[in-house]
Order: sequence, then structure tokens, then C-alpha cells
Amino acid sequence: MKVLLSGNEAIARGAYEYGVQVATGYPGTPSSEIMANVAQYKEIYAEWSVNEKVAMDGAVGACYAGKRSMVTMKSVGMNVAADSFFYPVYTGVRGGLVIVVADDPGMFSSQNEQDNRQYARFAKMPLLEPSDSQEMKDFIGVALEMSEEWDTPVLIRTTMRISHSASPVELRERMANDSAETPPLDRDPHKLVSTAMWARKRHPVVEERLKKLAEFANTFEINRLEWGDRRMGIVAGGAVYNFAREIFPEASFLKLGMTHPLPAALLREFAAGVEQLLVVEELDPFLEGQIKAMGVDCRGKDIFPSVGELTPAVIAKSAAEAGILPREEVKGARELALPDLPDRFPVFCAGCPHRSTFYVLSRMKDVVVAGGIGCYNLGCLPPYNATDTMGAMGASIGVAHGFDIAGIPDRFVAVIGDGSFFHAGVAPLINLVHNGGNSKVVILDNHITAMTGQQDHPGIEQTLSGKPGRKVDIEGLVRACGVEDVHKVDAFDVKAVRDTFKAALALEGPSVVIVEGPCFWVGPGAQGVYEVDTDTCVACGTCKRLGCPAIIHAEEVNLKTGKPKSEIDPVLCVGCDMCAQVCPVNAIHPVECEE
Amino acid sequence: METKNFVITGVGGQGTILASDVLAAVGLAAGYDVKKSDILGLAVRGGAVVGHVRWGERVYSPIVPDGCVDYLLAFEILEGLRWLKQVRPEGTILVNQQEIYPVSAITGGQEYPAKERANKAIKSAVERVLEVPGVEIALEVGNSKVVNVVLLGVLSGLLLVEPEIWESALKERVPSRFVDLNLQAFHKGREFAQQRR
Repeated sequence: MKVLLSGNEAIARGAYEYGVQVATGYPGTPSSEIMANVAQYKEIYAEWSVNEKVAMDGAVGACYAGKRSMVTMKSVGMNVAADSFFYPVYTGVRGGLVIVVADDPGMFSSQNEQDNRQYARFAKMPLLEPSDSQEMKDFIGVALEMSEEWDTPVLIRTTMRISHSASPVELRERMANDSAETPPLDRDPHKLVSTAMWARKRHPVVEERLKKLAEFANTFEINRLEWGDRRMGIVAGGAVYNFAREIFPEASFLKLGMTHPLPAALLREFAAGVEQLLVVEELDPFLEGQIKAMGVDCRGKDIFPSVGELTPAVIAKSAAEAGILPREEVKGARELALPDLPDRFPVFCAGCPHRSTFYVLSRMKDVVVAGGIGCYNLGCLPPYNATDTMGAMGASIGVAHGFDIAGIPDRFVAVIGDGSFFHAGVAPLINLVHNGGNSKVVILDNHITAMTGQQDHPGIEQTLSGKPGRKVDIEGLVRACGVEDVHKVDAFDVKAVRDTFKAALALEGPSVVIVEGPCFWVGPGAQGVYEVDTDTCVACGTCKRLGCPAIIHAEEVNLKTGKPKSEIDPVLCVGCDMCAQVCPVNAIHPVECEE
Repeated sequence: METKNFVITGVGGQGTILASDVLAAVGLAAGYDVKKSDILGLAVRGGAVVGHVRWGERVYSPIVPDGCVDYLLAFEILEGLRWLKQVRPEGTILVNQQEIYPVSAITGGQEYPAKERANKAIKSAVERVLEVPGVEIALEVGNSKVVNVVLLGVLSGLLLVEPEIWESALKERVPSRFVDLNLQAFHKGREFAQQRR
């Protein structure tokens, strides 16, 4: 029987069916649901590690111990993992090791649009690209077998559109001996210790392996010739294969399941069998460049953009412009006269503890804010417009330190979430303390990794496997890093947050302010509902600048200014009290319970 | 059969994902090849949400090609307007008569389009429009949260799939204590469509 699974669910199912025993990862869109689903299979040890590099090393260690292992991350997570991505290619594996990276063409939730296929080439690792949920599941099995047979980790690259799309999948039983005891480590330092003198002997092994893999690729069943109309031949893999099929249903295809190393003989056979060869790939000309280097003539990025998703619409439009698809076959959005539509950006949820920080920072207009990755990045959007820089996990503390050593005259703070602090914030904090820095760091401790869907981190007692975890105390950690001026403040007390920021900014030397309050989704829940006394409300708009989705325009206006008064949507309000605290005329109160 | 293209659009928190899950499952149970694609991530924080569902004999792309939407389920009026250009002139639009003002229209100086004007634009764009008082219907069964299932009920009244298939897809996807509530919401929606056919 077939069931509908999202791509990420199918990867988790693949890990289950093909006997993965250890899975680690760090959350990040579009990869997060893989581990959430792996955790439902009790036969697999599942862990949210503190960051991608630590997750990678954990999976490598488990594979050295003979376990089939998997590690998952999002596109930019690969940059964090990269240091540990290269050495297992040299050392080889024992149990199969599969690395799953979920790219984000179109940048739905990422700070760049990097093409992680490049990493496979960079590290000399085989690369598989599934096209739908069935292949997501099957390729986990293919990758694990390959890994063990060829003594190398295998990279599986998915994209948002496959990870978050669902299609039918045939299920099978698990193949694994879960009751077998783990034997002592088979110690082999000449292979597993990558010290230069020994690693030097492994490099030729890696090069030889890659050559043989390229030869094998020509007969590998996941690289498939699909002969159709010979006037047009298309080379494609991953999500784009289905997008291109949608637009060119009759064309001939070379469907590549393994996109590194490439099957040279198969590509030449395909090129010789078609009149015109097209390479359709998202982002970088990864395949095209290598195919051209083989001396095979093809077209690709002269037709299709290197930016964004290559959706069927983009493929059709680009092909029509290049004259290879009749314009009348290109369907598109209709021309309709519509009013200008307001944007709908994401906002902090009602009851979000970050609201006070960004409300306060938005009003401290001379304070430069270095930001980071997480829900708190929404502080860059209206109505706060508070954040000045954001580039990577944990970057805020280092960037603020850079402002400091450059000597900017402005006051400045670094903001960082609790999850990001554990992930990549501790080292830059130690760095600024040691080097005599003067930065002020605001740690937003909401007791969860919120943005990606409430995953655990070391600051709480919960773990992905369900076993209780030991909580690492942020304040103690900050003090242990050498920071002496440490403040802790209740996120739901707006005045206290403002006063604490002011106090910290007035001091010489490094300060850390921990703004503490749980994410609404892991906290105690709604605390009641508030309402606006319309007669008292003067329509000053102060509460609206909190950016709360529960605060809307009332029908009544201030007759002098013509501005709409405020109203609170009782369905959305969770009673966090912040609007009542900032109202200058005391017009907002809890709704009295009717007893 | 020609591939049927559905787009479900709304605001994070309105239950669009459950709706696209159910719609995809119904297509599979009815014997079609099915693909579904949801935009998640940043969108779940009160942003715009969209789900694509396609039923057909062989479906390649999980996203509906531009301008090819057969059925648009707009859970919110503004989000319905945003997708209007993608619906075929002979297509169908179900538009829940709910307005959710984005922060940009509360503090950002942007204007939320007037309801009459919005509904007029939607009506003039396609052959068949059902303006659904989803919240009112949901409240009739006692819970405003089941608007998503009310809208699925309305859609079911316009398609030829047996209601039992819809019911079992729903039962598999909602918590057991809410099954009755959701089935009631579904049938209220279905009746609404049948009265207007």
C-alpha cells in the first residue's frame, strides 16, 4: 500500500527501513522535520546536537563504532559542519554514513542561496539527489549501501520543494539487527587518525575511489536514460527533474540520481542521441560546467537563471525567451487590475517574550543592533525596524566586537537567542572578554529553539529522544566565560527591560543581559484576555507599535486626529500584559472573569 | 483525466496545512496520483501560507503552474486576492469571508482593501465564486477553529469524490476527541455548497 509522505518524512522512514541506528542533526528550515520524524522510531537514537559540526562528529563516531548513521542539517548548516565534513572522506567509515543537507533555492527561510552540491565536489564525496518522496526513502538505502561498499560518507542533497512536498511512497519493513550488542571499537589509528603523515597516504585512496565511482556511475541504476523525442535532450536531477518534465513531457531525459561524480560515458551517449542538449539545474551551473569540461556541447545557464527556484513557470518562460518552447504553450499569471495589496510579513506571536526587547530597542534610536538567526530576527521588520545587521548564527557577538574594535561612536548591542548562544555564541563571548572588549550582549532566553518549531537545546531539560536532559545554566556559563556584569530580567516587564538595557549600556566593559521568558508555545499558555476601554483610548498608537497580531484598529476614531483607536482581538490575545504596560492613558485592562 | 490543481491560501494559524494534507489524502484514496507542496518556515509566524495540491493520472511537479489553478480555497480575503491572478477564468474560488489585518496595515501605512471591492474583484475574475461565511458556520458547530474543515466540506460539495473518503481522511488526521466536531463542520460546509449548486 502506498501512503503520502513529505520528503522529510520519507527520509526518516528510509532511515528506519534501512537500519540507521544513530541520527543526529541541528534544526533549520527546510530540514527540521526529518529528525522530528526519526525520533518517532524508537529503534533509532535521535539527537538534536548543539550545532551542525557537533552533529556531524557524533554521526562519524557512531559510524566508526559500526552503526549505520545519519546526520541532517539545512543549507547554511553545512558551513558550520564543513570542518568535520571533509575528514571522514579520508578516514572512511564502518557503518554506513549518510549526510542529508536540505538546500533552500528561493530563500524561503535562509540568509543566502548556496548550492551545497559544490561541497560534494570540494570534499570528494559522492552526492545523490532524489526527486520525490519515494526516492527520498530509497536513496537513504542506496546511500548507506554505497557508503559501506565504497568506504566513504555519502551526501544526499534535497531542496525545500522536495522536503516540503508530499507524494506516494511504498513502505517496507525495517532491516536491522537492533538487539546486537555494540562491540568494542576496532582501533585502526593509521586510518582513523588524520595526522598529516598518515592522511597523506589516504589522499591517493580518495582520488582513486572517486575515479572508480565515476566509472561505476555509468551503469548505476539511479542514473537513468529516458528516451523520448530526440530533438530535445534534458539532463536534470532533484526537484528540477519533475519541474522540467512538467514543461517538456515528450523530451528525452537523462535523469541523474547521482550528481557527483558524473557518468561521462553515459552523458556522451545521451548527447550523441539527441539534437539539442539542455542542462536544467537550480542555482549554480554545477553539472553544466563539468559537462562542458568533458567537451560535450550543451546549453544551460545562458537560458535558465542562477537565482531562485526553477519552477515550471520559470523554466517555461526562460525556454520561450530562448526560442526552444513556443510562446503559446507558456501559461502564466493573468493580467487583472487589483488594488495594491498590503504585505503580510511574519510577526512575533501574541505572547512572544521577544516583543519587549524589540519594542524597547526600536525606541532607543541611537543604539545600533547586531542581530542573528531565529525568531528574534523579525526585529528587523516593521514596526520595530530595530536590527542593523544579521548574517549568521552567533555572528551578532563577533560583529558587535568588530564595531567596538573599529571604534564606532554609536552605542551598540548584540542580540542572540538562547539556541544560537549555545550553537555559536559562547566562543565569540569568550573572545571579547579575553581581548578586553566593551560589547553589550542581550541573550533572549525563551527556553527553546523556537523559529524552527520548538526543538530542544542544552538550556532545557528536554531532549529529542524523550529522556530527561541536564540543563546547562546560561547565567553560570556567561559568568564562567569571564563576564562580570550580568543582568537577568523578566521579558514580560517592559519597563524593567528598558531600565536594564540602559544600565548595561551606561557601564564600561562587557555586559550580558539575559532577557528571560518562555516562548508562548512552551510556556504556561494564555493568562486571560485584555480589552481596550475605547472611551479612554486616545488613539496614540503606542500599543500598535508593539507589533502584536492581537491589536487591531477599532471602528471608533479619535475625533481630533481622525486616527483609529485600538481594539484587542479576544481570539488572538493571550494576556501577556505588555500592551497594558505601555499604554500612556491606562486604557487597557484584563477582561474581568464572569463568576 | 486532466490534472486538477488546488491552491489553499491563508494566514499562519488558520489550519491550511491540515486542509492540504486532507485534500491530498482524499485524492490518493480516490485513485489519483497526488503531489502536494506547502510553504512552511517563516510563514508559520502569522505570515501568508500557501499549499498546492494536484490530483491527476501522472503528476510531475508538486507546484501548480502559474495561471493554472482550478480551485482556490482562500481562507482569508486578502490572501485570496493575492492568488487571484493564478486562477483560470473557468476556475472556482471559495473565499472565507474573514479579514485578518496584517501588521503592515495596522502600523505600516498600507491599506487593507475594502471587503466589497475585494469580493467584487474576485467575482469578476472567475466563473464560479462561493463566498463562505466560514467563521459563522464553524461557530454553529461550536468552535471557530474548524473553519478549515468547513471549507473542505464546501469543496467536497463541488467534487465527485464520495463523502466517505473525505470522512476517513479527516478521521485519520484530527485528534480523536475532535473527530465529531470536525465531521459536523465538514457536513455543514458540504450542505452550504449543495444549497448553492
